[in-house]
Amino acid sequence: MAELSLMKGNEAIAEAAIRAGCRFYAGYPITPQNELCEYMARRMPEVGGTFIQSESEVAAINMVYGAGAAGARAMTSSSSPGISLKQEGISYLCGSEVPGVIVNMVRGGPGLGSIQPAQSDYFQATRGGGHGDYRTIVLGPGSIQEAVELTMLAFELADRYRNPVVILGDGMMGQMMEPVQFPDGPPPQPPAKPWATTGTRGRGSPNIINSLYIEAERCERHNQRLQEKYRRMEENEPRYELVNPEAEYFLVAYGTSSRICRAVVGRASRDGLRVGMIRPITLWPFPRAAFDRVVERARAFLTVEMSAGQMVEDVRLAVEGRRPVHFYGRTGGVVPTPQEVLARLKLVVEGRGGES
Amino acid sequence: MQRIFGRPAALTGIPFHYCPGCPHGIVHRLVAECLDELGVCERAVGIAPVGCAVFAYNYFNCDMIQAAHGRAPAVATGVKRVQPDAVVFTYQGDGDLAAIGTAEIVHAATRGERITVVFINNAIYGMTGGQMAPTTLVGQETTTTPRGRDASYHGHPVRVSEMLALLDGAAYVARVSVHAPGHVNRAKRALRRAFEVQLENRGFSLVEVVSACPTNWGMTPVEALRWVEQNMLPYYRLGEFKVPGQGEA
Repeated sequence: MAELSLMKGNEAIAEAAIRAGCRFYAGYPITPQNELCEYMARRMPEVGGTFIQSESEVAAINMVYGAGAAGARAMTSSSSPGISLKQEGISYLCGSEVPGVIVNMVRGGPGLGSIQPAQSDYFQATRGGGHGDYRTIVLGPGSIQEAVELTMLAFELADRYRNPVVILGDGMMGQMMEPVQFPDGPPPQPPAKPWATTGTRGRGSPNIINSLYIEAERCERHNQRLQEKYRRMEENEPRYELVNPEAEYFLVAYGTSSRICRAVVGRASRDGLRVGMIRPITLWPFPRAAFDRVVERARAFLTVEMSAGQMVEDVRLAVEGRRPVHFYGRTGGVVPTPQEVLARLKLVVEGRGGES
Repeated sequence: MQRIFGRPAALTGIPFHYCPGCPHGIVHRLVAECLDELGVCERAVGIAPVGCAVFAYNYFNCDMIQAAHGRAPAVATGVKRVQPDAVVFTYQGDGDLAAIGTAEIVHAATRGERITVVFINNAIYGMTGGQMAPTTLVGQETTTTPRGRDASYHGHPVRVSEMLALLDGAAYVARVSVHAPGHVNRAKRALRRAFEVQLENRGFSLVEVVSACPTNWGMTPVEALRWVEQNMLPYYRLGEFKVPGQGEA
């Protein structure tokens, strides 16, 4: 590995994308992801790539659709209100099976909300905020180093499945600095893309990138094929970190909340509590297996989010009523403190957890 | 025997689904002839719109992408930037280009994207059954202007070519018609010039084709052609509004 450098999350993700062979970026400025856009503006010309400051987030995702259709590794980034605008395009990427990477540095909502870190776009990211039956792989980094690794993985997965991949960060992951290392060596060679619209030269018949199947039965067959692909993602791609598998109580958190919960795990053990953590890394496919591993020994789960309670629904689906699942969340851009979470955890331990 | 007429190689031969009297077939053919004559079909990438021409990807014998409604210029931008040698064109109607896709067309033009836009203006929404278009004429009846378009209530029709010709990134902007054989020939020359401008790397090019929609206008094809001449051409002036090396005409 190369030397350590101190980087903001936004910049580290941009650099990781370039190291992963991303050569097309389109985006529209929005806080708190502007550094990603600005880094791409500086860096893309140095590697022979394209940076476009688009007229809107709608245009940016459609530029990614075109660049991805033409075979390039392409990316866009934004924050919550801008990601809402991209949903139409994400649906088309899924329907037409065009790879692409979308970064969301989530901020408080709804509406214009706030510019502070939040996790309130979990539903939108994991359920698909656009129209139609589709799925995107959603990666939730817990550190800047992991953001680098997951960004590089995102391009691999996008190409492997011909599907968009979402990196779900938050304002804090975007803004804070941590030491990071990038892998040495040239960018990985993207796989051959015989389906791409690169001109018919040497191929003969045209390639068509399309999501329209005007006959219902054909459109259903197309959907069945997509669902088959999503099942393969569910089989092969769930990722998670399990801290203290022998614990009695489990915090469940991702991204910035997981960093707070990691501190809580340490403090709780000093207070004599046996506390662990399940940290989903893929938010979709959700790592249900992590819960099966611990549910027999566990007494209860406490999900901690910077939202009014979104991932907790997936936790309940994974636990399937076998143990109580509690929730603690802050909203609007407020980040919970370890003290708050520990106090809530102690209520759970005392059997006064409630369901809030 | 000398072959003097035939299907352009840049068309697949799949029968068009268009209504009787619809000019889409003529314009498809003209675009295909340009691709053939310029020898660029093998490096062409076309972007199909949402609207009556949505199935254009079945008809052009080159790589094709179907785009979301109005987004074709953004999709074309993505293709052209990563495949600079590709000859990239969009084929869009008036709802797609002049209503829902206004931002995308204006900014593709002002960025000077090296793409060619074929813009079909028939003053009505065809595929959805005859609603008002941004280019519907004042007084024109549609299903959403049942008493005729009233400028004080529905606003004024958009003159796309004049508007885009103002932008520095637009290198070639022309408005043509295909309602009579002489005009078809002039339309062909304009389309060919638009593709040449792309090949010469001069910037954005667009050809607006004033078109008829007999089905949704409630006319016979012949009546519709007369209506183009008598009603559309006085408002949508034909000509080249921008040519390379010159300012706005």
